[in-house]
Amino acid sequence: MQLVENGKLVEDRYVHVDDDAPLPDRLPVIVSAKRFLAEADALVSRDGSLGVSWPNDRRVNELKPWLGHLALIALNFPKFRDGRAYSQARQLRETLGFRGTLRATGDILRDQFGFLVRAGFDSFAVKKTADAPAFAASVARFSVVYQPSADGRLSALRRRSQSAGAKTPETV
Amino acid sequence: MYVYDAFDQTLVAERVAEFRDQVARRLSGELTEDEFKPLRLMNGVYLQLHAYMLRLAIPYGTLSSEQLRMLAYVARKYDRGYGHFTTRQNIQYHWIKLAELPDAMADFASVGMHGMQTSGNCVRNLTTDQWAGVAPDEIEDPRVWAELIRQHVTLHPEFSFMPRKFKIAVGTSQHDRAALRIHDLALQLVRNDNGETGFEVMVGGGLGRTPFLAKTIKPFLAKRDVLSYVEAILRTYNQFGRRDNIYKARIKILVHELGPEAFAKEVDAEWQIIKDGELALDDALVDEIAGRFSYPAYQQLDDSPPQLAEARRAARGFDAWLGNSVANHKVPGYAIVTLSLKPEGGTPGDATADQMDAIADLADRYSFGEIRVGHEQNLVLPHVEQRDLPELWRALAGIGVATPNVNLVSDIISCPGLDYCSLANARSIPIAQEIARRFHNLDLQRQLGRLHVNISGCINACGHHHVGHIGILGVEKNGEEFYQITLGGKADEGATLGTLIGPAVPYAQVADVVEDIAAAYLELRQRPEELFIDTVKRTGVEPFRERVYATR
Repeated sequence: MQLVENGKLVEDRYVHVDDDAPLPDRLPVIVSAKRFLAEADALVSRDGSLGVSWPNDRRVNELKPWLGHLALIALNFPKFRDGRAYSQARQLRETLGFRGTLRATGDILRDQFGFLVRAGFDSFAVKKTADAPAFAASVARFSVVYQPSADGRLSALRRRSQSAGAKTPETV
Repeated sequence: MYVYDAFDQTLVAERVAEFRDQVARRLSGELTEDEFKPLRLMNGVYLQLHAYMLRLAIPYGTLSSEQLRMLAYVARKYDRGYGHFTTRQNIQYHWIKLAELPDAMADFASVGMHGMQTSGNCVRNLTTDQWAGVAPDEIEDPRVWAELIRQHVTLHPEFSFMPRKFKIAVGTSQHDRAALRIHDLALQLVRNDNGETGFEVMVGGGLGRTPFLAKTIKPFLAKRDVLSYVEAILRTYNQFGRRDNIYKARIKILVHELGPEAFAKEVDAEWQIIKDGELALDDALVDEIAGRFSYPAYQQLDDSPPQLAEARRAARGFDAWLGNSVANHKVPGYAIVTLSLKPEGGTPGDATADQMDAIADLADRYSFGEIRVGHEQNLVLPHVEQRDLPELWRALAGIGVATPNVNLVSDIISCPGLDYCSLANARSIPIAQEIARRFHNLDLQRQLGRLHVNISGCINACGHHHVGHIGILGVEKNGEEFYQITLGGKADEGATLGTLIGPAVPYAQVADVVEDIAAAYLELRQRPEELFIDTVKRTGVEPFRERVYATR
């Protein structure tokens, strides 16, 4: 699978392991939510990075006891317009404090990069590799944001109150 | 008026640049129509029967004269010389070419306007009372709160791909002029027993094929919590709203299926986590937004200047218009003037570029350069000196927007219907025109009193037919246009869904049916002051049903 990470096209270093397949030694693996929940204790004590592919219709709260052991959580966008995983990502980052890799999978186009980054994703399984070069421009598209989110950017509201009475921002 | 600062202006300019890039990719074939669709929708661009349609946001229905002139300019330059004001206080252009859309967007951006959040499954353009800031009975100006929420939800990274669109209205007075209870989320400014103002929070209203009125899930929400509570509602909806069936995807279905109490509990659990975080508002933040609203420098004037009484005696037309289209202002000596966009023979809500330019000039001369758009598809000049009313009336009559039919049977709310819309099953505009023609006698209209006729060309209910005193819904039967008639709906503080009176009637009979209903009302009412809606409430629809179907 081809990924965009840090603005570059890279190969996936994780092995996607089927539910009934044996786990390869030491290699980073991604398992399904079902397998993860069934074998969590064994999986987290295994040598090697652990990732879980989490469906967008399960509460991410269920992962809470294991978050410290997870190197990666893959959240899915089965369709461009199915935005449930944006909420999951923000909850993982902002409420549950997950600091590992958050990967967006599924119907991922360059036009979501900005939203995805703001929601806390840092790995993107793109549908079109041609979208990779557009990454930097896409996420830099808006120099102003109107709301706080997982990326920690200051909202226009906060920037205004910080600069209140002092200088106004540059005009266009 | 909310005045854009450099942050707001930068964001719309960047948005235009992004859209220009997306259109270029579409035109070059790099994007398929399927891929382009959600992107154009996020900018208010629909593909309709004949062409692309652009829906431009007019946040909470407030326009400056400069903005209205730009609406006229775009209508002339890129469209066919007119625009259509909608029930969401927006304007639509029906004939813009895709290749020219980025230029039109750039022109709009130059006056702080855009098409963001006017389509797609995001939080749509916020609406409020079109008399905000000038109504004598308001608690406070709801536009400050509408603007705070507008900014918060604009290009929101979490809520741009929700199960379905999400409409928010903010109300401010006992008398609901914003149709609050038909919204996904309604925030009503209220005062509690301690004299503090806050919000009553109502969720799950909506029309369409499964109409519901919104239910109160929080009787009093402190103002500091409004953004965090809205965020908790949206997060709950985004995760648990249905996505398996487009007709069951609105929040009303989630609230209905979970029950309002269980829904409120979900929201509360999320809210407790985030309420004291970054979204908590303090006075300084609110003042920052409130401070960007400019208010007119009113003069000290008396109510009812002598010129008015003279003019009323001199011209019967002025007298009729004053009684119909002019309302009390909270400042003595001023008035709120409604401009009817429902002339006989016209399309409800349409205004030509020439009319828009003329209204912008009149707003500069008589209304501190400010115009409002109401959800009834009329325009409003919100700050007119009462002594100027006679002159203003002559000017408005000269451009065809002084028909004294506001709130009367010919002040019809109508969607564009099958003449434009690819979703419609039946025509709406010709039905509205025929009804207006049948009741062209204004004395008869006045005799009938307040009577709201709402027409939708399909079950999506853009014409709000469920909440019309008389609701008309176009349906298709064996390739022919038929219309279902409901009675007794209302969208105000006593919101009620109308009751179907019987089988759908064919296109050619709709105006006859409305005439029959009007005649039945005149016979049934107990006294001339009993409004149509009150008669229907008292008698039920049965006597109307008998009258309508006796001969059909």
